Amino acid sequence: MKKRVVITGLGVCAPNGIGIAEFLDAIRSGKSGIRFDEQLADLQFSCQISAKPQITDEIKKQYFTELELRNFDADGILYGVIAGMQAWKDANLPSNPEETDFDSGTIFGSGTSGIGKFRESIYKIDDKNVRRLGSTAVAQTMVSGVSAYLGGKLALGNIVTTNSSACTTGAEAILMAYDRIVSGQAKRMLAGSTSDSGPYIWGGFDAMRVCTFKHNDDPEKGSRPMSATASGFVPGAGAGALLLEDLDSALERGALIYAEVLGGNVNSGGQRGEGSMTAPNPIAVQKCISDALKNAGIEGKDIDAINGHLTATSKDSLEIENWTKALDRKGDDFPYINSLKSTVGHCLSGAGSVESVAAVLQVKHGFVFPNSNCEDLHPEISELVSSEKIPTQLIEKQIDYLAKASFGFGDVNGCVIFSRYLTE
Amino acid sequence: MNKAETIEKLKSIVKPYVKNAEAFENLSEDTDFIRDLQINSANLVDVALDVEEAFDITIDNASMEKMLNVKAALEIIESKLSEE
Repeated sequence: MKKRVVITGLGVCAPNGIGIAEFLDAIRSGKSGIRFDEQLADLQFSCQISAKPQITDEIKKQYFTELELRNFDADGILYGVIAGMQAWKDANLPSNPEETDFDSGTIFGSGTSGIGKFRESIYKIDDKNVRRLGSTAVAQTMVSGVSAYLGGKLALGNIVTTNSSACTTGAEAILMAYDRIVSGQAKRMLAGSTSDSGPYIWGGFDAMRVCTFKHNDDPEKGSRPMSATASGFVPGAGAGALLLEDLDSALERGALIYAEVLGGNVNSGGQRGEGSMTAPNPIAVQKCISDALKNAGIEGKDIDAINGHLTATSKDSLEIENWTKALDRKGDDFPYINSLKSTVGHCLSGAGSVESVAAVLQVKHGFVFPNSNCEDLHPEISELVSSEKIPTQLIEKQIDYLAKASFGFGDVNGCVIFSRYLTE
Repeated sequence: MNKAETIEKLKSIVKPYVKNAEAFENLSEDTDFIRDLQINSANLVDVALDVEEAFDITIDNASMEKMLNVKAALEIIESKLSEE
């Protein structure tokens, strides 16, 4: 029989909250993590607002040694390690274990690593000073840096790797970790993803004019998924982590179970049809969702809530249309749908995991978090879906099945199906 | 700068990298960086860079390779200072 995979730990380093307790409050109340960004303004970015986790030195010291923090300039690793270690601790697994644990591994995705450190290194190298880079330039700038740091801190002895698929990275990490457990190759997998922050990551998007430049004076109104006045995404960063565990192992340990990962699917549109490097092929998106349902053994009618990708660009209407087709549901019959990006911006390679943590919390605690900034629903969307299904106020409701999707550059798609944990 | 002063300065440089606190307390000319202080071998390069900065000297690759204990470090620092 196929192994069942449950979630026994969560961690998050989000722009609107560090740690599960703070984050849960933030998403329930719609607290925004989007702020004016002086550095982007000084550098003459069009978009001068951003969403970054607020990490104090105090928090850093809880997760890193003083030596590790010397010459450390890798935001993505910082966020990822904090979220990953939180999830591990939340699952009640041993902190600072002596022995290598060959049953536990991690797939922790990232888009880049240590972009700050990389920049510093480039300046030194061009100044003919390569000899002064120090011993950690590699560990901080290798894209697998985040999984390598976590592997060492938690003594992980199973697969320790980093996946990368743009904004789909987080959803993909969860499904890769899920496969590893389903196939019996690991008992526990720390799945997650992270993103660097700052101008050197966001500059390329600003140059493409896909970030909003209309809300530099009112940051919290800037990210407007599904709104008629959506004008581009707000650049963000952060990390989410989920401890996936073989159900038998979880029961044996008496672990608290947040939800079950029922299955899912990743695919690509091959950059054919309407698909391109930057635009999704709708046929592939719909197939990804319907294959995810099939893989999870449920049907479109079973879905109670969707946590969308919904970035606040012109593609939001197309995404909603894809959901209506894939689930064969629309109007009043459409499930509740929300986008975390209205409060945390687009956390890029960290988005899929930060948003999955929010999705799992909704399943665990039975609620649908409110969307911000879409009181003026886009007419193309209100034509497809009843506005009640896009809540702007918190809804308390049992969620049995939730679909979480992420889509990324390269025409790649990922859809994870989470369900309430039921003993049968 | 006399030898005792140089050792004190060196001690403050290696401190953040040391894993064996007891060996650090008893640091002498005979102390080995890796065996006694249990400094991660990758960090020896950081120690050398910190020494360069603190003493305003440049340590060539051959000297860096030899800098495995307090005695060798003192000799290298002394010889580089006299070259200045």
